[in-house]
Amino acid sequence: MRNAFFEGLEDIYAEREDIFILTGDLGFKLFDQIKSRDPRRFYDIGVAESNMIGIAAGLALTGKTVYCYSIIPFLTMRAYEQIRMDIAYHNANVRLVGYGAGFTYGLEGYSHFGLEDLALMKALPNMTIMIPADADEAKVMAKTSAEHVGPMYIRLERARSSIPSENNRIDNMGKALPLRTGHDVALIAIGNMVQIGCQVADMLSAGGKSASVYNVRTIKPFDKDTVLKVAADHPYICTFEEHSVSGGLGSSVAELLLENGYRGRFKRFGIPEKMDDIVGTAEYLRNHYGLTAERIYDMIIKDLE
Amino acid sequence: MPTQSLVPDYVATAQKVRRTILEMIYKTRSPHIGSSFSIVEILVALYFKVLNISDDADRDRFILSKGHACPALYATLYEKNFLTRGDIEGFAVDHGILEQHPKSDLKKKIEVSTGSLGHGLSIGAGMSLAAKVARKPFRVFVLLSDGELNEGSVWEAVLFAGHHALNNLTALVDFNKMQALGFTRNILNLEPLGEKWRSFGWHPQEVDGHDFGQIFRAVHNLSSDRPNVIILHTTKGKGVSFMENNLLWHYRAPDDHEFLLAKTELSK
Repeated sequence: MRNAFFEGLEDIYAEREDIFILTGDLGFKLFDQIKSRDPRRFYDIGVAESNMIGIAAGLALTGKTVYCYSIIPFLTMRAYEQIRMDIAYHNANVRLVGYGAGFTYGLEGYSHFGLEDLALMKALPNMTIMIPADADEAKVMAKTSAEHVGPMYIRLERARSSIPSENNRIDNMGKALPLRTGHDVALIAIGNMVQIGCQVADMLSAGGKSASVYNVRTIKPFDKDTVLKVAADHPYICTFEEHSVSGGLGSSVAELLLENGYRGRFKRFGIPEKMDDIVGTAEYLRNHYGLTAERIYDMIIKDLE
Repeated sequence: MPTQSLVPDYVATAQKVRRTILEMIYKTRSPHIGSSFSIVEILVALYFKVLNISDDADRDRFILSKGHACPALYATLYEKNFLTRGDIEGFAVDHGILEQHPKSDLKKKIEVSTGSLGHGLSIGAGMSLAAKVARKPFRVFVLLSDGELNEGSVWEAVLFAGHHALNNLTALVDFNKMQALGFTRNILNLEPLGEKWRSFGWHPQEVDGHDFGQIFRAVHNLSSDRPNVIILHTTKGKGVSFMENNLLWHYRAPDDHEFLLAKTELSK
């Protein structure tokens, strides 16, 4: 997804003199091509995320549009107070491009996992949060980000494969996209978990049950209208995210449902608020925490029977 | 030989600014009078002589990174007619206009919102970078406190600006030797301060931060090939004898009696 995102940005960067790209000394070879289009507006700030965010704010307050790249915890957590004060409070045109959502970095361990970022970014004023579900969508979102006014967080991970839907090629920020239509359960998902949602829906339909699947895309602003419509049409709603179950997509949906008197069944699939002492690849960790299509299907089908 | 006598108008302006600060803090029981008094001369020097102030994109930028001393900034902007009497009366009150830390408002000539220490120099470095890449002539001045230099993010910015030779960036350090809970030399020693900046590729100058002649000379002697730092040796609480170098006045606001005593001293 990150290659697709910066490929999508390349021509825009070359054309628009106001765009700067900063990295906190990460993204080996990622920027070779884009940097070659105009090296004067690309800076490796060094391993100094707080300074990177402050510099981005200074550039933005001087009329520039600035992209800051790093691995999610270093970008969103090390520099959180700079993001809060210098970017969000000033409504500055800075795009935080974070790579490594959820367990993307698998074997690298907890230091590199992106499990709490949405909770932090959601709480900030003025922040818009985009989460592509595949590489095509990441490319589209690169274009969207260049035109957006105000701060933005873009949450990227390693794309597993593409979602078979033309919808993902459309720039429709702030709208959740329907990918499957059913009536027994609605599966509301972000990022790579959208694909898991589609797989679960297919498994359910093979057993005679039908599921709707939605790709939320922008968790802030949150598409309340669509989710409330989904709530009116489904007796059971599940959320899928590779993020802590606290403070992410599941929390946003739960708050909305409760405030609007939803009486159906509701379940959050995500990472629990604890870390087990295990080592493994991203796939291994997802399986351990129950974030595979098979594990989720087993839970949902039990509820439906 | 003291040079203050050469620039009497600045000295008188500084006294007026101090009286406004005293009044704002006394009326609202606000903190940070000592930190505000120590930066009056540098603010008057900047706003009445050094800065190219305008509304266009090529104006010089000033960032008060030690945002807690904003009564001094507001009083200086008031003296310069960028803030009104109503703005000053709207300081730190309900339904007010100005908070106890600055909020960005270009109409009021406040460039950047601050209040959390260790942010301003990075933002200033970003502005300096924007000027250099676009070949714009403007300069950026960032005023930091000495306690603020405890923040690691400041040194990230110092390293960056030195590496990129941001010669349009000037850091101003209000070295009043005191921070919230005591003397800097006892809490986290900064010395040798000039040498630290020099070793990071900056051009340091050290002056009496209450002497306009020395301030102007340092500004005149800014390096054109390195980022600059002017270390302003100042006195916390400067101008009111019983507040000077007294930690009590980091947070304390004067009572009725102290207000009158201070006002008398600042009216001489």
